[in-house]
Amino acid sequence: MNLKAQQSAPIYEALERFGKMRVVPFDVPGHKRGRGNPELAKLLGDKCVSMDVNSMKPLDNLCHPVSVIRDAECLAADAFGAHRAFLMVGGTTSAVQSMVMSAVQAGEKIILPRNVHRSVMGALVLCGAIPVYVNPECDARLGIPLGMSLAQVEQTVKNTPEAKAILVNNPTYYGICSDLRAIVELAHRHNMLVLVDEAHGTHFYFGEDLPVSAMAAGADMAAVSMHKSGGSLTQSSLLLTGPNVNGDHVRQIINLTQTTSASYLLLSSLDISRRNLALRGKDAFADVVALADYAREEINDLGGWYAFSKELVNGDSVFDFDRTKLSVHTLDIGLAGIEVYDILRDEYDIQIEFGDLGNILAYLSIGDRRRDVERLVSSLSEIGRLYAKDRTGMMENEYIAPDVAVTPQRAFYAPKRSLPIEETAGCVCTEFVMCYPPGIPILAPGERITEKILEYIRYAKEKGCQLTGPENAKIERLNVMAE
Amino acid sequence: MDFWFSEKHTKDVKLSIRVDKQVYSGKSDFQRIDVFDTPAFGRILVLDGYLMLTEKDEFIYHEMITHVPMAVHPNVKDVLVIGAGDGGVVRELTRYAEIERIDLVEIDEQVIEVSKQYLPFTAKGFADARVHVYIQDGLKFIRRKKDEYDLIIVDSTDPFGPGEGLFSREFYGNCFKALHDDGIMVNQHESPFYEQDALAMQRAHKRIIESFPFSRIYQAHIPTYPSGHWLFGFSTKKYHPLRDLNAERWNARKLSCKYYTTTLHRGAFYLPAYVEEMLEDVEKER
Repeated sequence: MNLKAQQSAPIYEALERFGKMRVVPFDVPGHKRGRGNPELAKLLGDKCVSMDVNSMKPLDNLCHPVSVIRDAECLAADAFGAHRAFLMVGGTTSAVQSMVMSAVQAGEKIILPRNVHRSVMGALVLCGAIPVYVNPECDARLGIPLGMSLAQVEQTVKNTPEAKAILVNNPTYYGICSDLRAIVELAHRHNMLVLVDEAHGTHFYFGEDLPVSAMAAGADMAAVSMHKSGGSLTQSSLLLTGPNVNGDHVRQIINLTQTTSASYLLLSSLDISRRNLALRGKDAFADVVALADYAREEINDLGGWYAFSKELVNGDSVFDFDRTKLSVHTLDIGLAGIEVYDILRDEYDIQIEFGDLGNILAYLSIGDRRRDVERLVSSLSEIGRLYAKDRTGMMENEYIAPDVAVTPQRAFYAPKRSLPIEETAGCVCTEFVMCYPPGIPILAPGERITEKILEYIRYAKEKGCQLTGPENAKIERLNVMAE
Repeated sequence: MDFWFSEKHTKDVKLSIRVDKQVYSGKSDFQRIDVFDTPAFGRILVLDGYLMLTEKDEFIYHEMITHVPMAVHPNVKDVLVIGAGDGGVVRELTRYAEIERIDLVEIDEQVIEVSKQYLPFTAKGFADARVHVYIQDGLKFIRRKKDEYDLIIVDSTDPFGPGEGLFSREFYGNCFKALHDDGIMVNQHESPFYEQDALAMQRAHKRIIESFPFSRIYQAHIPTYPSGHWLFGFSTKKYHPLRDLNAERWNARKLSCKYYTTTLHRGAFYLPAYVEEMLEDVEKER
């Protein structure tokens, strides 16, 4: 990384220059620097609305970057150790979808773990590729899906030599990492690309003693949520590519679905965040790790709660652990993670990232303060004192192996009928059912519905999980293929 | 030379005090600390631009936050003071011979150091051998305490900045846990007058009654605090602030006070109608 070059932020600087030019706007956006929408200007501030401008020569164009956006992308590629970097404004969802659609087309196979984000399944619906699942191992105590075991991936590659790509979640939401380097080596030996959903791993590129990043491990593409640990604005993201990938083709794929009116608020936030990470990321993430380690120590000292970390590492399905993630196992307190999540928000004014059936995740980042961690720990101490109960009857997260009857695309577009959910066992689902967060599908289009899945949905509903996906918003009915 | 310290009490109201000279200015890990000498209020302590105490009127706050619970609880041996790095609360507590231990937890060591150096009139309490100072976040300190104190005094700054955690439900719940079965918690409870302060006051009351079975508010008149009308919370597991007031016993101690009397003690719990109403609104939500 060229540290001297990293001190510049071309899009940010171009916006500053543009502001001083006092150009008279007879173009979009129609609010004209906020004047046409004073209420919005009051809410967001004059500075913010005056920077909400359109693509134009001095500011470049995201669909076909030739000047400041191209420069910003080159700097991002250098900072992340990638061959090419693409600034994305449709969230990491759009980065993941562009990555998948660049690698596989209709009828081609892609190897992936079933606990992928919904955006991956969405890409398969769009492009018609066929998913081949690697069963993720599950931690028996915590009930969380782990990384991809190398032996399992090897077996799947052997069974599906025609697959074009392998997609890896790295790290998972909980911070679990797979053996990326070995998976890359295996894939490349079989002429497959490695795509990494690195939504939760931006910091791997800058921190020290963190798990290996996708680009460093030799992966071919990675979708990086700059707005998560990177500090940029919500919805901004990066797509990184390695030397084996034709970046110009990737740009074409991105342009199929990405807006032609990219927000300069998002673009400049990516630019500034990249600069910040390149110049100060190492120290900043060392602080985050120290804070997370401190929180774990304090939480584990309370008794009843288990804030897990590197002790999970087993050399395979937990090849490494991201210590910035503060995940806490809740079942020994007798509460589901989602219940703790709700109590923290409703009773203690603390919003955490998510709660599943047996765990919570508090997201720590470069913006956290010690005193806020004290509040979180003290609240858990109080919840333990006031709410703890016997854990019998608590359901654990469980991996339910999917039975893929038809491709996601075929099921999604197939003739369908709507049935009361309890009557759907045995049918092929044509829509998604997701527990949100973390937004990992319980059912995806093309999968056969089982009693076990229905039981899981009932329990998740009862514990207050937010279920999304189906046309029927109350999840009382599901669409299934008309057979 | 025209040299004034101004504090905004709201975005439209400010209090200005003429400054004779600045005697200290520094920045700790937590906040900016300033000490000024002023013709009207003597020496004053300012944290992050907010006036914490003045030499002239600090007695009101420190007497009221200390003697009210001490005149009610019959047998105070172990006391925890949270915040109060200036030493004023400790100064008042050390006047009671029966107190055996005073633990003071202050997050910002520099406030104590500055107070010892520049505010001897409050910091003199630190010299007492019963006083144990812990430099720590109050939230963290109290997490590990259970059934240990007779009295907890929460002398916090405002509920923004480093003192924010001391207005949270988890903090009050941990205080409840740290008190004996007949323990009392008294806390700085903001002001009912200006809108933002009143919201903080209501919120603190809400958070306290979620943890304590009984909580009453009392008041004092503090000229340099926003609106001059200031509140304290009296939260308890057993003793009633008026029914269990033992005036004779307290008066027999012959402690000289400039503000507190046992008669004023009773009066302090009789609140203006609008304040009663604000508190009832919070209690109704329960």
